[in-house]
Amino acid sequence: MDILGMLSNTASWIISPTTIAYAIAAVGLSVHFGYAGLLNFGMAGFMALGAYGYAISILSFGWPWWAGILVGAGASVIFAVLLGIPTLRLRADYLAIVTIAAAEILRLLFTTMLFDEWTNSADGLGGYHDSFRAANPIPPGEYGFGPWMYNEKDWWVRIFGFVLLAIAVLIVWSLMRSPWGRVLRGIREDEDAVRALGKNVFAYKMQALIIGGVFGAMAGVVFALPSAVVPGSYVTSLTFFIWTIVLLGGAATVFGPVVGSVIFWVIMAALDNIIPALADAGILPITNIQAGVLRYIFVGVALMLIVIYRPQGIFGNKKELTFVK
Amino acid sequence: MSSNPLPTGVTPVKSTGLHVGEIAPGVKKVDPIIIADGVTRKFGGLTAVNVEHLEIPRNAITALIGPNGAGKTTLFNLLTGFDKPDTGSWTFDGKNMKGVAAYQAAKLGQVRTFQLTKALGLLTVMENMKLGAKNQVGERIFPSLFPGFWRKQEATNEVKALDLLKKFKLDTKQTDFAASLSGGQRKLLEMARALMSDPKLVMLDEPMAGVNPALTQSLLEHILNLKQEGMTVLFVEHDMHMVRHIADWVVVMAMGEVVAEGPPDEVMRNQKVIDAYLGSHQDVDLGVVTGRVKGKMDPEAKKMAEEVEHLDQAINASEKGDN
Repeated sequence: MDILGMLSNTASWIISPTTIAYAIAAVGLSVHFGYAGLLNFGMAGFMALGAYGYAISILSFGWPWWAGILVGAGASVIFAVLLGIPTLRLRADYLAIVTIAAAEILRLLFTTMLFDEWTNSADGLGGYHDSFRAANPIPPGEYGFGPWMYNEKDWWVRIFGFVLLAIAVLIVWSLMRSPWGRVLRGIREDEDAVRALGKNVFAYKMQALIIGGVFGAMAGVVFALPSAVVPGSYVTSLTFFIWTIVLLGGAATVFGPVVGSVIFWVIMAALDNIIPALADAGILPITNIQAGVLRYIFVGVALMLIVIYRPQGIFGNKKELTFVK
Repeated sequence: MSSNPLPTGVTPVKSTGLHVGEIAPGVKKVDPIIIADGVTRKFGGLTAVNVEHLEIPRNAITALIGPNGAGKTTLFNLLTGFDKPDTGSWTFDGKNMKGVAAYQAAKLGQVRTFQLTKALGLLTVMENMKLGAKNQVGERIFPSLFPGFWRKQEATNEVKALDLLKKFKLDTKQTDFAASLSGGQRKLLEMARALMSDPKLVMLDEPMAGVNPALTQSLLEHILNLKQEGMTVLFVEHDMHMVRHIADWVVVMAMGEVVAEGPPDEVMRNQKVIDAYLGSHQDVDLGVVTGRVKGKMDPEAKKMAEEVEHLDQAINASEKGDN
């Protein structure tokens, strides 16, 4: 077994664009679920809007990369409003049902041949990198050390992702220490009580849905930046990975989702390296293909264990957040 | 209305002369804060509320009493915008309240508490209090990002909250989660929180339910103080001693309708009220009737004991029949 290679492989995931993208989405979901108590199971939909908004703006309309990001953000705001108007007045569980369905509808719309001209249907979109790379201030070359050796393009994606993540974290931290965050946490507890104190509960929930949704779209952009937009990525399992990350780190915490994402992807990468190696060495009685699937079973088991034994996550305050009642 | 200083909890100063004309359900008030007309609310086939006309006097303490299922809480929900009536309209402080959302009603100065206390358990006592304050800049999303906009107001609110918490003897608990308070303390917190908004009308849904006698005494004082400070109080309560003690006006509901209203002593002599709610044996000590407590069996108690005996026999007979 190439243990050093496996370690290096695993360590590279700490700052991979995927990890950063999931972290941003998880921060958004923590606004939804952790602070506002909104059961959003449609994060994949928000991410798809960010990614497609970015790619289509560049490929079909020839707009610059930053305009593509704005389009993605705008699309997620519209999506949040459309989702929120009928469902935010209802109980939390209805939002869960509607969001999971809406995200699937979006994915299927992106996959269908109907909009092939813009979405390239099931084949997805690629080759939209020029504009973003042209804005790269880093001179060409290889930088970094150890497992983190990347060229200027890879670093540009990572740095840009980090900046977006930092902004998201800063916004959440500022909001949640303010009276606005206090109202939101009050709504999580009992929205009728907050209503009786003269707060427009619907407006607060809508604002929270929009903020978390825009973070989701930004995550979609970062997810799409280094590679391509493939409709098959935005399936419900993406949403559930983000839920796992949020619950792992602590839903009502600022940094929990970020650390949760790093832990999640490092473990996923480690399993991805270790299990096939064990299978190859004949220690595990499974084939290589089975080994690839096994780690997803571990994710499911891990999610159950967190929910049962540590519902507040790694960073959460047991008193403050168990699951939303 | 009396302008005497409030005696500290012993004998409350009753407001009198609140109505105009002869006392009857729907009687006009000298200075009403709420005027309701033809308010009905049906749940399927059940008419929960059917109020033809009702006026709530300003700067007085009005009790809303009636048997379980009389529609008191439903009427509360309608007046506060938490539920929508099928027909009817009402005004609060001269403003038509039809279609006004609950949060807007609260903003207009009409705050309520709930029968099942809604202290926000996972917020601290102080956070609960601050949540009650009105017109906070920091509660708007963009200013909330910059503490410069709201820090000063927050400090002012904190002083005000602390002042109220002291009055309600909760100041030592301000950093505790509200969930760690006892049931009675939560009632106090809910009331104190409602007062953070400087309301005109305070609506309390069973403020005394589940509160121990010592705390009841201080709650009564707080409610009397509200009147002294110029607020109007409307409360739902089953404890007749409390109603008699502090209410200036009593509205009795049964089967969704207002069946009687008037000053407490008069209302409680009203035959309709006795039939619908108080029952004819209200002064009988049940302990004496059942023989668990030694005491004088007055004629009324004897009569009740006989009735009970009769019922007992009937039940025994039917049970034997079943076997």
